[in-house]
Amino acid sequence: MTASVDPFAQREIALVDLLDRLLAGGVVLAGRIADVDLVRIDLKALISAVNAQVPSPFAAVDDGRDPSESPRTRDLPDPE
Amino acid sequence: MTDDLRYVYAVCRPLAAPLHADLTGVAGEPPRQLAHEGLVAVVSPVPERDFAHEPLRAHLEDLDWLAATARAHQSVVAALTTVTCPLPLRLATVFRDDSGVRAMLEDESERLRRILDRIDGHVEWGVKVWLGDSGDGAGGADGGPEPSAAQPRRVPESGRDYLRRRRAGNAAREESAARAEVFTRRLHGDLARYAADARLHPVQSGPLTEAGSGRNILNSAYLVPRARSEEFLELIGRAEGTLPGLRVEVTGPWAAYSFTDGPDGPEAGGTP
Repeated sequence: MTASVDPFAQREIALVDLLDRLLAGGVVLAGRIADVDLVRIDLKALISAVNAQVPSPFAAVDDGRDPSESPRTRDLPDPE
Repeated sequence: MTDDLRYVYAVCRPLAAPLHADLTGVAGEPPRQLAHEGLVAVVSPVPERDFAHEPLRAHLEDLDWLAATARAHQSVVAALTTVTCPLPLRLATVFRDDSGVRAMLEDESERLRRILDRIDGHVEWGVKVWLGDSGDGAGGADGGPEPSAAQPRRVPESGRDYLRRRRAGNAAREESAARAEVFTRRLHGDLARYAADARLHPVQSGPLTEAGSGRNILNSAYLVPRARSEEFLELIGRAEGTLPGLRVEVTGPWAAYSFTDGPDGPEAGGTP
């Protein structure tokens, strides 16, 4: 595995890694800019929208688990 | 053209060379440099019908549109990364016109220069750690005890045997999870010490992650001097394979997307 890690070889980028950075990273220009008509979208809200499209990964897992293990999932957001 | 809005990809110091002529960005338009008092915004025109507030909001909920836009944004930022250390902007940062972009460069000049100074000469590396198979109750992936495999099938399993097997499976799973956590904390600690800065992203789950990758237990980013990247990767290489059932995945080099918030206010920071 080490041999395959060429520092500057850009491999195909997974969308999930890209969205981690583009939806949560990058400079946010705040609304305090005077006299600039800046189009602003709340990407944080978008992230939850994207997640909502995507079924909870825990739903399937829960089926195969002991009831004793279920407390782990209690603090996770409701799949709704 | 006058109706078009301006999509801004990144801000950087003036470039020594022009952008590659073949480079295209969002909406298929070639990006250009818009310079203002020692800072350069890399911009391209985008149609108002797609990028004004309401249509943009609607488009961003379309995963295919979002993916195409994200890839176009990244391709411009990646091209910049080969010639400078660009400061990427959040996806879908759109201004009314060139003078709006110039006003932004002026108003935000101090903050932009401060972050540009901080990331100068650095790249971002992403590191993810995956724990075996996600554990569907079948056990075996972590090499834990699985006595049922050795039992003749025609002998029905007693309730007590079942519980014993279940406990053994649970214990093995807990132990491997605990070992994985120790490994991950140590790896993150070592990498964070080596790096100029580190950020933790939320762990990945759901269909966008590759099927069968297992469970993501670390999803982090490190700001590393470009010249020390090889050593940084060697550090990961040495840790890899020391714990069976764990897989370490490296992505990058990225522009410093995760380090644009300044050292004092990490949005995704903290320690695991």
